[in-house]
Amino acid sequence: MLSMEKIRKSFSGVRVLDNVHFVLKPGEVHVLAGENGAGKTTLMRILAGVYSDYEGKIWINGKNVRFKSPLEASSYGVSFIHQEMSLINSMTVADNIFLGREKAWAGIWMDYHSQHKKAKALLEQFNIDINLSKPVEECPLSVRQMIEIAKALVYEARIIIMDEPTSSLTDIEVQRLFEIIMDLKSKGCGIIYISHRLDEIYQIAERISVLRDGKYIGTSTPEDLPPGELIRWMVGREISQQFPERLSHPGKELLKVRSFYLPDPTGSKRWAVEDVSLTLSKGEILGIAGLQGSGKSELLHGLFGSYGKIAKGKVFLDGQPYTIRSPIYSIECGLALLTNDRKGTGLILAMDITRNISLASLKDFSQGGWMLAHKEEAAATEQVKSFDIKSRSLHQEVNTLSGGNQQKVVLAKWIGTQPRVLFLNEPTLGVDVGAKYDIYNLMNQWTAQGIAVILITSELPELLAMSDRIIVMHRGKITAEFPRKQANQEKIIKAAMGKRVTI
Amino acid sequence: MKSLFKRKTQSVQTNSWLSSPFVRAFAALMFVLILGVLFNAEGTFFKWDTHRDMFRQLSVFAILACGMTLVIITAGIDLSVGSLLGMTAVLFSILTIHKGWSPWLAIPACLLAGAVFGMMSGGLIGKFRIQPFIATLAMMVFARGMAKWISGGQKISTAVLQPDGNYHYVEVPSIFNVLNSKILNENIAVVTLVFFGSVFICWIILAKLRLGRYIYAIGGNEEAARLSGIPVIATKLLAYGLSGFFSAMAGICQAAQELQGDPEAGMTYELTAIAIVVIGGTNLMGGRGSIGLTFIGALTIGYLEKILSINAVGEASRLMLTGAIIIGAVLFQRSRR
Repeated sequence: MLSMEKIRKSFSGVRVLDNVHFVLKPGEVHVLAGENGAGKTTLMRILAGVYSDYEGKIWINGKNVRFKSPLEASSYGVSFIHQEMSLINSMTVADNIFLGREKAWAGIWMDYHSQHKKAKALLEQFNIDINLSKPVEECPLSVRQMIEIAKALVYEARIIIMDEPTSSLTDIEVQRLFEIIMDLKSKGCGIIYISHRLDEIYQIAERISVLRDGKYIGTSTPEDLPPGELIRWMVGREISQQFPERLSHPGKELLKVRSFYLPDPTGSKRWAVEDVSLTLSKGEILGIAGLQGSGKSELLHGLFGSYGKIAKGKVFLDGQPYTIRSPIYSIECGLALLTNDRKGTGLILAMDITRNISLASLKDFSQGGWMLAHKEEAAATEQVKSFDIKSRSLHQEVNTLSGGNQQKVVLAKWIGTQPRVLFLNEPTLGVDVGAKYDIYNLMNQWTAQGIAVILITSELPELLAMSDRIIVMHRGKITAEFPRKQANQEKIIKAAMGKRVTI
Repeated sequence: MKSLFKRKTQSVQTNSWLSSPFVRAFAALMFVLILGVLFNAEGTFFKWDTHRDMFRQLSVFAILACGMTLVIITAGIDLSVGSLLGMTAVLFSILTIHKGWSPWLAIPACLLAGAVFGMMSGGLIGKFRIQPFIATLAMMVFARGMAKWISGGQKISTAVLQPDGNYHYVEVPSIFNVLNSKILNENIAVVTLVFFGSVFICWIILAKLRLGRYIYAIGGNEEAARLSGIPVIATKLLAYGLSGFFSAMAGICQAAQELQGDPEAGMTYELTAIAIVVIGGTNLMGGRGSIGLTFIGALTIGYLEKILSINAVGEASRLMLTGAIIIGAVLFQRSRR
């Protein structure tokens, strides 16, 4: 149904795709794998008509095509579900689904009624229950992902590209998505699925193609390509395990939270976090699991002071009563928060690596208000080395870095503040396999130095491998707590769905 | 074949060098200067006096653009600079002409007034989260009213109305003459030095001070900056305060040049100041730009006006041409990206 041959593409003189092949059969889920920066997204953008200046040939249903625009690509049934969402937040769900192909009488007068009806039929077909007249901004991230997919279906897409569609979904929502994919498959659609998560790849793939550094490495069925081999294809070197060994060495108690309540920062009446108590020791990694809306991110933000002084409850830091005030105060007291959205709330994309690294500790690099450029550069040089950030220069803007390297820059920023307590919200989100392993190793290093870590991740294998203890949250409350040895995926999912689990 | 490929990459590299914002801003300035050489009005363009006058006439606008640059890098805008210029021009004239204050007191007082009004906008924007456009629009109207109130709607000049209804002419305060003079054998106007000084201050702030880093960070990504412990409200207060400070600086220069404080002075100047910043290449979205770009942008606008005026282009055509050339310059800069 689709065949891409000898695709080459360069950006300002740098070759990003070199002789890449890709073939998709009808009714197939074809995983496109590779590290960040391997060229997966570029290849898909060419297919979707975003870039038209490439070399090579594309055949769709035996016809040679060369798309000049995404609109032209969609008329051939190619639909790209973007990694970064392309919804208009202030518009309703139905309007978003029909964006660009509005139903209108005589092409000018909006026909909301039939638009609504068609959207409803479409969503019902896939068992998606969404209020169509709600603005998108009021829908949780997972629902927005579904809306993106519904949008693709309106186009009557035959070739559906999904670029890390699960990065904002929890494990249960992922299963829902997979059911939808199966449904699409049975209707004869071909699905190109880009993902970094091994468990997902093996759950869904019928064939896997791998790119590395813009080159085509090969295509195989999952049976013939065990995970170890797949990783070797992707990174070009041997990574024996997915996770390094976690040696726990908790020290004395550092952070104690008692009956912590946080009002919903979006303004609804309910508590975002309700009656949460926890302790965290030096050198310990405490994992927190939970679905969207469980309040785990809000808990970290609340403790860090992102919302100011709205929280209730008692917090003790190193035995002393601690008052939550603001991020400025938290950083001074040795707290640090890596948010789950590095482009939105972590990095300053228009700034270079050096300035992003020094951002949270500018006072250490200035004297009487004057910046000490040499000191700043020296610190950045050291951090880039110790985090193994791959870049052309220290003054490269961070928006040109790959996801893994961007994440390392944000981590370097927080480690630069010399934190005692480090909150990590999805530290490996959208990060390639190699960089993930580096980040796990760093987490082990930090805790060995006595830093206490709270880890949120929606990847359960990661949570199980890296945490010393695991807390599970559901609708703002803690529903379970396990030492690592007693935790498993099944127990965690049960607790995350609201079942109190006793051990 | 291999050599062909090599040449291709080289040309690409040159292209990326060309995409530097400085080179782009400079190219726009060069284009205007070439126009000046081609349409030199029988050699007028080659006389230093022409350039000196260009700088003198440009200075007030360019000083406003300096403060505007700081605000625009925070992803804001300051529409109140023209009104603050008018208000401080009036205030300066009242203090020096009517009250007979020493310039050593009057100048700091006016700068303080400008900074306080600017910080009021900054407070509304930072603390109360009013959009910069709205907050400074309100301040623009308010400060204009203030200018009319303190002046009683009259121009404050050396002709002072006496209780008996006659005008009494007082002496021009010496500070007016100092600011209005030209130094170095009449080769450079004092107001131009004030302009250069403003550029230097802004360069120190943006490139050398921690405050500058805060300004860029807030414009680049306010939430990331806030979560990294950057004092967002204080920084906005200072950025708008500085914009008010430079507006007052421009107001003092304006009063000196006109030998009076006109409550109507500075109308639409905010638009010229924004045009200077934008033509320099500082991004209205915030987070990017520099004072050097604004300096080049100021020269581009200044020379454009000067060249049109020495060629005796009528005001109607001049305005239309200026509008067209601003768009042309911005499109040209973008095409190189």
